Amino acid sequence: MIPALTPELILYATAIGLTTIGLAGVVLSVHLFRMVLSLVIAEAGVNLMLVLAGYRWDAVAPILTSLGEQPAMVDPVPQAMVLTAIVIGVGVQALAVSILIRIRQRYATLDRWEVAERMDADIAATAGTPRDVSQEAPLGERPLPPIPAKRVDPSGSES
Amino acid sequence: MGNLTGLLFAGGLGFMLLAIAGGLDFGAPPMLIGSAIQAQAPAETGATNIVTSVVLGYRAIDTLGELSILFAAAASAGLVLGRRHTSAGTQTEGGFILRTGGGILFPLMMTIGFYIIFHGHLTPGGGFQGGVILAAAFFLPLLARPGAKLHHSTLSLIEGFAGASFILVGLLALAEGKAFLQPLLIQDTLGQLFSAGTLPLLYLAVGLKVGAELASLLSRLAQTEASQ
Repeated sequence: MIPALTPELILYATAIGLTTIGLAGVVLSVHLFRMVLSLVIAEAGVNLMLVLAGYRWDAVAPILTSLGEQPAMVDPVPQAMVLTAIVIGVGVQALAVSILIRIRQRYATLDRWEVAERMDADIAATAGTPRDVSQEAPLGERPLPPIPAKRVDPSGSES
Repeated sequence: MGNLTGLLFAGGLGFMLLAIAGGLDFGAPPMLIGSAIQAQAPAETGATNIVTSVVLGYRAIDTLGELSILFAAAASAGLVLGRRHTSAGTQTEGGFILRTGGGILFPLMMTIGFYIIFHGHLTPGGGFQGGVILAAAFFLPLLARPGAKLHHSTLSLIEGFAGASFILVGLLALAEGKAFLQPLLIQDTLGQLFSAGTLPLLYLAVGLKVGAELASLLSRLAQTEASQ
């Protein structure tokens, strides 16, 4: 069953599709810059969704053009929120890109796993500890040997 | 394995959004505050652009918070990028057409940027949009002549002054016995350039702040990248 291709269906499909594609890109991409671009796509989808939420049939933009009888207008509150969201998005993207520039200068790559690997090695070298090679294996010896049962004294004094 | 999980996550998210959107009645939003604002905004704020009266009138403190977020992002980007590097010798100067076009476009972009800022309470546009155009006007000569530098101290001065004047306008309303950042309606001149009380002043501050912030951010990014 294919529903009729109405304008609202196309608009909703675009908004949801952009959000899904963007977030899939954030999760799946290996290159860090593509991750930032996916975030931009997801943001566009979310903004479109917000604007759609305030739409009214046969309504004009929320700007008075004449005094007297007003035609129906779309909801101005989601539009103001999208204005906010776009500006904040620009700030977030600029910050992300500047961090990427720093990563590339330091590690000469933007591959996600490679950067994580080198960063891990860097942290281990700075802290002077052996590298955490496996996520499952314990990090060396147990800190304290288990206490033998007969030496435990509730009063705390050893006689 | 990781890819499968990611695809599942994205598909599930899309399905969830689809299910939510399917329950919405398109074209008839259930929010009532929009209609209430439309009925009262022209009399309360004096702005014909109702989005402006929402951004600077009813949600002015949110706009102040947004400006702080933008400032924090710009400041931390500057912190991450560190001191600027000179880009001399790493980039060649633009051609004749680019340089001349940059010179011609600069005053035109300044004009249209300020036009959009000053008419933010009357027509589509406002401080954010005009501020971005101002930033582009300052960034364009930088693309044509990579050696040229923006005066970062001047930009920071403009930015700080604009942010402080936004708060000062809010305090002015407080001194008049109203709430912080409540628009002061001086006379009823709906639809004229000098109307809407303090809203154009607030938008001018927003425009200058956004323009200066973005211009310094872009030039910082460009210069750091050139030093690679």
